Amino acid sequence: MCRLTDLRQAVLERNDSRAERLRTELAARGTVAVNLLSSPGSGKTALLEAELRLARERGLPAAALTADLATENDARRLARSGVPVKQVLTDGLCHLEAEMLAGHLAGWLPKNTRLLFVENVGNLVCPASYDLGESLRVVLASVTEGEDKPLKYPTAFGLAQLVVVTKQDLAQAAGFDREAFLANVRQVNPGVEVLETSARTGLNLGTLLERALSVGEGAAVHRPVMARQAREHAPGDSHAHAEPHAHSGPHPHAEPHPHAEPHAHVQG
Amino acid sequence: MHEMSIAMAVVCQVEEAAREHAAVGVEAVTLRVGELAGVVPEALRFSFGLACEGTVLDGAELVTEHVPGLARCASCAREWATGMPPRLCCEQCGDSRTELLSGRELQIAGVRWVHDPRHALALEEL
Repeated sequence: MCRLTDLRQAVLERNDSRAERLRTELAARGTVAVNLLSSPGSGKTALLEAELRLARERGLPAAALTADLATENDARRLARSGVPVKQVLTDGLCHLEAEMLAGHLAGWLPKNTRLLFVENVGNLVCPASYDLGESLRVVLASVTEGEDKPLKYPTAFGLAQLVVVTKQDLAQAAGFDREAFLANVRQVNPGVEVLETSARTGLNLGTLLERALSVGEGAAVHRPVMARQAREHAPGDSHAHAEPHAHSGPHPHAEPHPHAEPHAHVQG
Repeated sequence: MHEMSIAMAVVCQVEEAAREHAAVGVEAVTLRVGELAGVVPEALRFSFGLACEGTVLDGAELVTEHVPGLARCASCAREWATGMPPRLCCEQCGDSRTELLSGRELQIAGVRWVHDPRHALALEEL
């Protein structure tokens, strides 16, 4: 006798539901989380330091959590802005997960924080798969990294709600082909806003803060095409199957399973 | 390499199901992996073998079903295979209101449990 069980469970369901809970908890206390993803050396820390400094000058309660495999260098740099900063050492893990983030925020995140920036591990592959409960996901690339970065890392760029192109002061020297980069972003994530910055010259400094603030005020956030397919157990899924479907004996796969259909309620 | 984290999540979920089904072992786990899921099946298979060690899944086979990326233009209703890297903008009308029909799946489709001789014996005695 062959026993089969039709589980139909999303592999990342646990992370997704924890992230959804964290998003709700943060929203209830008036905090917007921004998840920053990029490859190492893209200039996330420099940009973030400048944005945090600006937040402090404007009296805007911001905080930052930065994750690295090793060293507290980034936390030291970010702390110069004067806002609360926490360094997370992942001990070799290539990404943050929602449960880890929630654990690090507990007892640390100041109550009145309006903007929480999470500087993910410098990596464009793994962090892309993990929802951290953020309300704005930002992917950064510098002009020195090549125009095809969005095509090489389509999941990271495809799921971004804002794309930031850093180090614009080096664009000419690097021979950065702006149009080609924009076309590549459009291919994997049509409609996403692309923001050009330079922490050195101050180009578009403060825009990231403004975008995060408007999300907190309820402004519509870009929904990437890649995020428009319902995950098997999408957040807010009304027919989440807590019970696994147990089928002993021959497996009736001929009948279409309701989960094969895109869930209309998460679209648009 | 987040495939290890994914493999561990799979093992954890199958272990839970194994308890519910009083299973003594797992022959195979079938995973549906979308073209745009950002997961490399070979890396996952390697990690899966390691993650199974010492659990009820020890020795289980990982079967992956590839799900191609498919998109549909909300404006002109054209449907196309997204490819990799995906083309998510309609090339016919240039509209960006694209719906993704498939390709992001990362799902445990099913589990085949190890035949339990005690269970079979119990059936024979009936």
